[in-house]
Amino acid sequence: MSRSTCDHGLLDKILLNKAAPGAASATRLAIAAAFILTLSASAAPAANGPEVADFKLANGLEVVVLPDHRAPVVTHMIWYKVGAADETPGKSGLAHYLEHLMFKGTQTNPGNAFSQTVAAIGGQENAFTSSDYTGFFQRVPREHLKEMMTLEADRMTGLVLTDEVARPELNVVLEELNMRVANNPGAQLGEQMDASLYLNHPYHRPVIGWRHEVEKLDSKDALAFYRRFYSPNNAIVVVAGDVTPDEVKADAEATYGKVAARVEIGPRLRPSEPIQDAPRRVTLADPRVEQPSVSRYYLSPSSTSAKPGESEALEILANVLSGSNGRLYRTLVLDKGIALNAGAFYTDTALDYGKFGVFASPKPGVKLHELELALDAALAEVIAHGITADELERAKTGLIADAVYAADNQATLARWYGAGLTTGETVDSIRTWPDRVRAVTAEAVQQAARHWLDARRSVTGYLVKDLKPEENRS
Amino acid sequence: MKVFASTAAHGLTRYAALAALALALSAAPAMATTIERVTSPGGIEAWLVHEPAVPLVVVSFAFDGGAAQDPDDKAGTANLMTSLLDEGAGPYDSKAFQERLDRKAVHLSFHAGREHIQGSLRTLSENKDEAFDDLRLALTAPRFDAEDVELNRAQTLSGLRRQLKSPSDLASLRWWQTAYPGHPYGRPLGGTLESVPGISIDDLKAFAHKVLARDHLKVAVVGDIDAATVKTMLDRVFGELPAHAELKPVPPAIAQGLGRRVAVDLDVPQTVIDFGGPGIARNDPDFFAAYVVNHILGGGTFSSRLYQEVREKRGLVYSVSDTLLWFNRSAVFFGSTATRADRADETINLISNEIHQLAETGPTADELAKTKAYLNSSFVLNLDTSDKVAALLVQLQLDHQPLDYMDYRKKMIDAVTLADARRVAKRLLDGGLLFTAVGRPSALANASPPSGGAGGPRPALMPSSGMVGGGEVH
Repeated sequence: MSRSTCDHGLLDKILLNKAAPGAASATRLAIAAAFILTLSASAAPAANGPEVADFKLANGLEVVVLPDHRAPVVTHMIWYKVGAADETPGKSGLAHYLEHLMFKGTQTNPGNAFSQTVAAIGGQENAFTSSDYTGFFQRVPREHLKEMMTLEADRMTGLVLTDEVARPELNVVLEELNMRVANNPGAQLGEQMDASLYLNHPYHRPVIGWRHEVEKLDSKDALAFYRRFYSPNNAIVVVAGDVTPDEVKADAEATYGKVAARVEIGPRLRPSEPIQDAPRRVTLADPRVEQPSVSRYYLSPSSTSAKPGESEALEILANVLSGSNGRLYRTLVLDKGIALNAGAFYTDTALDYGKFGVFASPKPGVKLHELELALDAALAEVIAHGITADELERAKTGLIADAVYAADNQATLARWYGAGLTTGETVDSIRTWPDRVRAVTAEAVQQAARHWLDARRSVTGYLVKDLKPEENRS
Repeated sequence: MKVFASTAAHGLTRYAALAALALALSAAPAMATTIERVTSPGGIEAWLVHEPAVPLVVVSFAFDGGAAQDPDDKAGTANLMTSLLDEGAGPYDSKAFQERLDRKAVHLSFHAGREHIQGSLRTLSENKDEAFDDLRLALTAPRFDAEDVELNRAQTLSGLRRQLKSPSDLASLRWWQTAYPGHPYGRPLGGTLESVPGISIDDLKAFAHKVLARDHLKVAVVGDIDAATVKTMLDRVFGELPAHAELKPVPPAIAQGLGRRVAVDLDVPQTVIDFGGPGIARNDPDFFAAYVVNHILGGGTFSSRLYQEVREKRGLVYSVSDTLLWFNRSAVFFGSTATRADRADETINLISNEIHQLAETGPTADELAKTKAYLNSSFVLNLDTSDKVAALLVQLQLDHQPLDYMDYRKKMIDAVTLADARRVAKRLLDGGLLFTAVGRPSALANASPPSGGAGGPRPALMPSSGMVGGGEVH
């Protein structure tokens, strides 16, 4: 049931996982992707949701605790406030490469001792990188939490890297790039669209990096990046599961608390976007494309950079446009019968900019240009006449229910908080998200649509099999 | 509906996730310690975990009779039928039905596997009455309106066309075709470009009538609902279904094509490789020993032999793993990986050698001890959300496992001796391997032994649904 999901891998900004060790990995990837979509289409837990504890250690490390006592399991995550957007130009992919190399051992725990320990206690682990953050996690039986904290605290500053282990890992990363991007024309188009959408901000580069730059990365680059960004005062630990804030605090002080802050962390200032004046268009033609599609990204604010209420209004707008009851599916697929799928998404979890997207796949015989015109007409309708009270109510119900559903999954909850807190939100702003959703008016949604669905700040992408004149027009 | 269903790689994931789920049990976790067997006045049974901490209810269920029941010339019937179960029922057409679900944030999903039709309902507990009505209507009065059928058919065909250019889908498809020629297990679950257009509305209705019946139904309920309410729900939701399914027998089968390396030409940067051989039945006395051995070979941790040898030491791939799969009438072990074209040969040989070596010498005492410890302690990780617990309880019923499975499983794993593991390693892994590889032919030619299936004329590719290689374990 993926009507509201962007197909063809066009939704980039997917988290990159350290590993897909087996079957579980693809699942984790899917979860990561789904998670991003969920974030865009949903909410943090309701104010009546689980209790959240939040405190800081003397060395600057923030700790968030999300108790859930239903199963004797704990999810332990550490989130560093560094991602692909913090890379030095020319070194794209470095944040993600380092994430992989973090599994190569320390002086105290050489080689894969960390992973061996996780396996010995029946745990799961993985890691992920986005434009704004890098995260590592273990899911373990509750009694092993402190052991995980000890190992993770050691890895925060104790990483040892040699070319001998770093070089094969670069090949692993290149195979990951092959899998995610090179083997997937839709993902390639997504990369090209991002590069066009963000004219000046580093969100224009793929998290996994550009191949020609990734190929040149080495252990020296990785260690320099590590020493610059991996420090307790640049990290957040999120613990969800069968724990109490008091025990987590004691364990955190006894482990992470011993790690001295090693760098001063300044504000995360990235180049910002200039005034965007011209709609952009990109077409990716590949003989492997069997189902063409059209999609558009609009530059939009993130929940952190938006004005009060604006991000929530965009969330509702995306919800009204997407899904099997959404405007786009109803109009293009059901009423006009010219598309097989259509939807929208809004990614709000980012430090500097969000992204609002719409997409549609034509029925056989329908021209992409024709579909794009219909898509534009549906958007123009929302801009001109807004949304109905009924649509507003349904969107709110769905978003607020998602917050309850999320409370059923400690890992999801931990990810919400970690992603939010590393992109400028606060525990309080995450907790009160449902209240802000409830407060959105139909007028605010229309206003958001009018302001942000502006072609001048957009890129339109065509995914086609070959460059027929029709598909190539702009 | 299943627009652009996931790839075969995800199919594997689904299998593996379920397999892991079903086997990853041992101690007694909070959420699953109190499994109640509930029987309604009408004689319908369910396994229930009453857990009121989060205000939601999950109902998961399975009917015998998946794609293996497709008419021989109408592959894809189960898949298309299942995709239409939420497209209108009783007095509600598709739009009205979807709107009902949306209005109350009810999540309803269905999935056709090889041998089962599975589904899941998730609702806030305050909306459960209406949600149960939605489920009842979907199962007992699906409409199969012509325009919905045609739209879902078009979406399915679009997905099938995409699979023709998807290396992971093709690798999986060819593996199953080669392993089970002429058998329902070798048929593409989603059908083919030739078969799907021939499925009529009457076919869909007939299929639903044959498989959606009470006598092969398994139900699990988890969440904020008590036994008395579950009893009423069972009769209300499932009571109107026919008492007996009409299933045709599926003949027993053993994986064929062993010793072959089947190549499919596709111009992609990365070659996708699937591999496997005959497995061990779920009720075989050696099953748990096989499960342990398989975990050592390619189970989902960073320390499996394949992960260490193929990825960590040589950097050949991003992911490599394998899993045990079982059906009513057959069983296999099945794995997947991907690497760049010029290293496909090396990767295939390495995997082959690792499997051969484990078959010959068996695991070490240390590996065995660690793996048993892992399998015993990791189970709780699969019991921390309502969805996971419900899926597990359905799977245990499908596998005819006892209500006290958690204790039973631990006993069985503890009982595996080194001698057992060595003997079963030989039995499981020495039967010969079937490889399929999809990528550029230059590399694949080298990967094909003189007697292999590559190089010669190849049968036309048959497309399949996104569920190729996927389906439920059994």
